[in-house]
Amino acid sequence: MAGGWLNGVKRDFTKEEALKEYFYFLADDSLVLGQQLSKWCSNGPVLEQDIAIINTALDHIGRARLLYQELARLEGGDATEDTLAYFRDHLQYRNALLVEQPNGHWGDSVVRSFFIDTFNFYLYDALRSCNNEALRGIAEKAIKEIAYQAQWSAEWVVRLGDGTEESHAKVQKSIDDLWMWSGELFEEHPIFEVLKDDLPAFSSFKDHWVKKVAEVLKMATLVMPSPELWMQTGGRYGIHSAQLGYILGEMQSLARTYPDATW
Amino acid sequence: MGTNVSLEDKFQAFVDAENKVEPKDWMPEKYRKTLIRQISQHAHSEIIGMQPEANWITRAPSLRAKLILLAKVQDEAGHGLYLYSAAETLGEPREKMIADLQSGKAKYSSIFNYPTPSWADMGTIGWLVDGAAIQNQVMLTRTSYGPYARAMVKICKEESFHQRQGYEVVMKLAQGTPEQKAMAQESLNRWWWPSLMMFGPSDDNSPNSEQSMKWKIKRKSNDTLRQEFVDKTVPQAEYLGLSIPDPDLKWNEERGHYDFGEINWAEFYDVIKGNGPCNKERIAHHVKAHEEGAWVREAANAYAKKQAARKEGDASAA
Repeated sequence: MAGGWLNGVKRDFTKEEALKEYFYFLADDSLVLGQQLSKWCSNGPVLEQDIAIINTALDHIGRARLLYQELARLEGGDATEDTLAYFRDHLQYRNALLVEQPNGHWGDSVVRSFFIDTFNFYLYDALRSCNNEALRGIAEKAIKEIAYQAQWSAEWVVRLGDGTEESHAKVQKSIDDLWMWSGELFEEHPIFEVLKDDLPAFSSFKDHWVKKVAEVLKMATLVMPSPELWMQTGGRYGIHSAQLGYILGEMQSLARTYPDATW
Repeated sequence: MGTNVSLEDKFQAFVDAENKVEPKDWMPEKYRKTLIRQISQHAHSEIIGMQPEANWITRAPSLRAKLILLAKVQDEAGHGLYLYSAAETLGEPREKMIADLQSGKAKYSSIFNYPTPSWADMGTIGWLVDGAAIQNQVMLTRTSYGPYARAMVKICKEESFHQRQGYEVVMKLAQGTPEQKAMAQESLNRWWWPSLMMFGPSDDNSPNSEQSMKWKIKRKSNDTLRQEFVDKTVPQAEYLGLSIPDPDLKWNEERGHYDFGEINWAEFYDVIKGNGPCNKERIAHHVKAHEEGAWVREAANAYAKKQAARKEGDASAA
């Protein structure tokens, strides 16, 4: 396990560090995905869906704020939701690689959402009864939004899969292309062992996720790749794809140009 | 011919008595056409108006500002949707309205043919552009066509909220660092005149106004609305410590209104004609999104048809 692409990453965590890391996983997933989805604004295939996808972006960014607010409290000092979002570099971001993948076409974005929404559904459902009060509160609020998001993206996968020949081929390619980023959602990470008495390990949702994804893809007449294929890794350790630099560069540009300003 | 005249007279009397015209009522063809033109133009303005603001969503400088801006642009999409629906009650299908927008046959508010190079524009647009729109739309809540009037009531509530949010963005800049204050002033310099142009040509040059006033589609003239806007906005700028870029602007005690300088009508007409900095870009953006979404719309239709056929199959099997 020592050699390879992730050589040199931090693997020892105190309980306090591990808890913050857990929050960063959730917060950064929400922010980066919300940022990506917001780019659909004025670019959707039909006005009603422009509104629907903006809605999911709003939910993700709203959730990110709640998580960063709690993180700011954990970090202490001058940390705020905005210093955490705008003044951390890609090495400090802990989002899964899946959410930083480009929007691509509607099918690519829908599949990316479908993978993460389905994961989020089981994760946040479990967090409603975890041993962290702040997370329980956030999860209770978020689960309703996530249930809607998971339904929305699953319905689109079915519609595209069982739509026209063209849409079927396109969305099958989206699934095949994005599949290698899905395994990271469930991978083992040293923080889960440290936190095992209080918070669920993400690997515990894998079976549910595989079952649900298989079910939806069957309805969509699409082929599911094997969950045992080689999966990409790195996001949870701050080792990202090249896309994240551009995403953060755009998002942080104004805030960093005027670091003393309040908005 | 005699019957026609009498129907039109009856219609005029109905409108004069402050009744609302509903989709199934008889109406003069020109009334219908005028409303389709106006409502679809209004819908297109909401939709094209998403672009200059969407331009800053990914770069909003705080998470709170990002959420507010995203929610605002989403509201605009929603307004576009109500308005397309209101126009559809007059028998105009949405696909046709969109085709007319893309071909340049239908217009939208010219203000959106200006770019938004600065974050401060997100404040100024809310403050001035939404402010000018409200001036017009409050009048339209009493317009004679029922579905349009009702859509306007809902839209006006959200627009006043947007205007307050826009004003708050400008206020934060005006009370911020020297760079932020300069940003706010620079943005006001650019948007002030185009905002005044939003009310349309002066009353002497407004060909459609008279008939629209008679039918109570419109209830105040362009110049009246423009004056109301100036009178309302000047004190707001003063409160912010920003200066309005008009050397002729001064309070006229006798009239009880602000006097202001002459609008550059050559610019106004040229931007309408398609020569603004962003006319081509706005339509190209809309066309691109529409074309890239074609396969998605086709898939959704094909799926809906299959589902309907399956249901029918189930029903006949049972």
